[in-house]
Amino acid sequence: MGIRFDSVTVRYGDNTVLDSLDLTVEPGEVMALLGPSGSGKTTALRAVAGFVTPASGRVLIGGRDVTALPPYRRGIGMVVQQYALFPHLRVEQNVAFGLKARKVPRARITERVTEALRMTGMEGYARRYPRELSGGQQQRVAIARALAIRPEVLLLDEPLSALDAQLRSGMLAELARLHRELPDVSILYVTHDQIEALTLADRIAVMDRARLRDCGTPQDLYRRPRTEFTASFVGNANLLPVTVDGGAVRFGATELKVPVDGVAPGATATLCVRPHLVGLGEGPNALRGTVAEVQWRGATHRVLVDVDGHQIKADVRELRTPPALGEPVSVHFAAEDAVLLAAGVADG
Amino acid sequence: MWTVFFALFLPVFALPFLVILVASFASGWSGAFPSGMTLGHYQEIAHGDSPHALVTSLVTALVASLAALAVGTWAALAAQALRRRGRRVMDALFMLPVAVPSVVVGLSLLVAFSKPPLLLNGTPAIVIVAHTVLVTAFAYQSVGAALARLDPAYEQSAASLGARPSYVLWRVKLPLLLPSLTAAAALCFALSMGELSATMMLYPPNWVPLPVSVFGATDRGALFSGAALAVVLMAATLAVLLAVSRIRTKATYR
Repeated sequence: MGIRFDSVTVRYGDNTVLDSLDLTVEPGEVMALLGPSGSGKTTALRAVAGFVTPASGRVLIGGRDVTALPPYRRGIGMVVQQYALFPHLRVEQNVAFGLKARKVPRARITERVTEALRMTGMEGYARRYPRELSGGQQQRVAIARALAIRPEVLLLDEPLSALDAQLRSGMLAELARLHRELPDVSILYVTHDQIEALTLADRIAVMDRARLRDCGTPQDLYRRPRTEFTASFVGNANLLPVTVDGGAVRFGATELKVPVDGVAPGATATLCVRPHLVGLGEGPNALRGTVAEVQWRGATHRVLVDVDGHQIKADVRELRTPPALGEPVSVHFAAEDAVLLAAGVADG
Repeated sequence: MWTVFFALFLPVFALPFLVILVASFASGWSGAFPSGMTLGHYQEIAHGDSPHALVTSLVTALVASLAALAVGTWAALAAQALRRRGRRVMDALFMLPVAVPSVVVGLSLLVAFSKPPLLLNGTPAIVIVAHTVLVTAFAYQSVGAALARLDPAYEQSAASLGARPSYVLWRVKLPLLLPSLTAAAALCFALSMGELSATMMLYPPNWVPLPVSVFGATDRGALFSGAALAVVLMAATLAVLLAVSRIRTKATYR
């Protein structure tokens, strides 16, 4: 079963927190809702769960309009950031909760609880209480509890943000494996972390200030962002204001040879280049500036170069002798690594 | 800091209780210290109406605190579902018996329940009703505060798992509130055990709670018997509170 948002608008008083969202999650698809806090992504998820009522529009699950249904009749699994395991129930009772509430026969409950705990690798902890588990274990139980009711739609609200970095990458792999085991479950995954979205999602919906800004496959959004917001939020791109001039663009006095298809000559536009595709030193499309900052990041150096008042980020392999601050330096990039965003598309 | 605390605490809080305790064993007390010790006062009250008064107080407090807990919890749950203005009206309504002097509460119940069809005057029920009205405010407040602290994520997770509101109430909300519920019940019980002013307006001759006996004894000059009764009242209240706190620690998520 898929999920469909049909121009869903949510308001708190005069404040529009979700502005006519149109989005379809296909059956079996992992859709990440990616955006900064306050972008409306959690509100969208809560509208599917039934905890917020849209001011207008419809939410459909598997083609059925659920906008007016109470949460307990929607048949969805949900996992929230703070786990919300019931502290007075053992792990197995937590996992059995949804089945008991739905009056599933006792024998079937035992079977499904065992299965859900096995899938999340928690079968050894059935008799424990939540407070006896670590954060990562509690998160697995929360996922087991949601999976036990065999939902066809799974809502994950920042499920990894309470875990530390190392656990997070492990759980990310676990979630990917779970989805391979349950290929028919549609997953709506809310996150502010682009790595989680890029790793896990089939498609990413980028949200900002209550609106959907962009939607596409991770590769699509990363390589060919359609808006400035996507370019900077996903992958932290360099954005340079340029004017189109014949078959090239002009950044200040420098002419840069990049593909300009579809942008009218004379128009202003934004040139987008990923930091890891920018090289130090001379080359095609070189820009001269001075070193403003050097950050050592282990395997890489991030060098911030000041060019005519614009800072350009370059992520390069760790340097033996990093440049000194204030030193004149050139940066360059290949024409095919740059994407030209026409002005106006910027923040639809 | 600590010396200041004890300098204030001892004479104001601790010493009066100690004096009552000593007085209950005193055979006479004219100087700075009692002139002799005796168990006579306890023997005396053991043969009078006092055992009945103790049972009366315990029954009254038990019924009143359980009724207050049920009504207060129900009201607090209902108030949570209301919008802000409705909740304010509820808060004010339940604060009323606290704000109004309890003598007035006693008088108003006396006036209200002295004529058919609601003729409770002269029955034990009117005392229990008065105590319930007086202590429900505290149950309502403490359960309401606990409800406000309860993370809505529990309720929402339960709902998303397919649990109806009534199932969520019995299987999630009330179990999570259990520590606050027992604390509220204990508070109501203690308040009811000590209630005097409204009780004085209402008690029938066959339903004399212990505080009324304490008052009666001191009023007719039997100070030492009064002290013995007061010690019994304190001991009984403390014993029940201790028992409840033991249940509480056992019930707190095991």
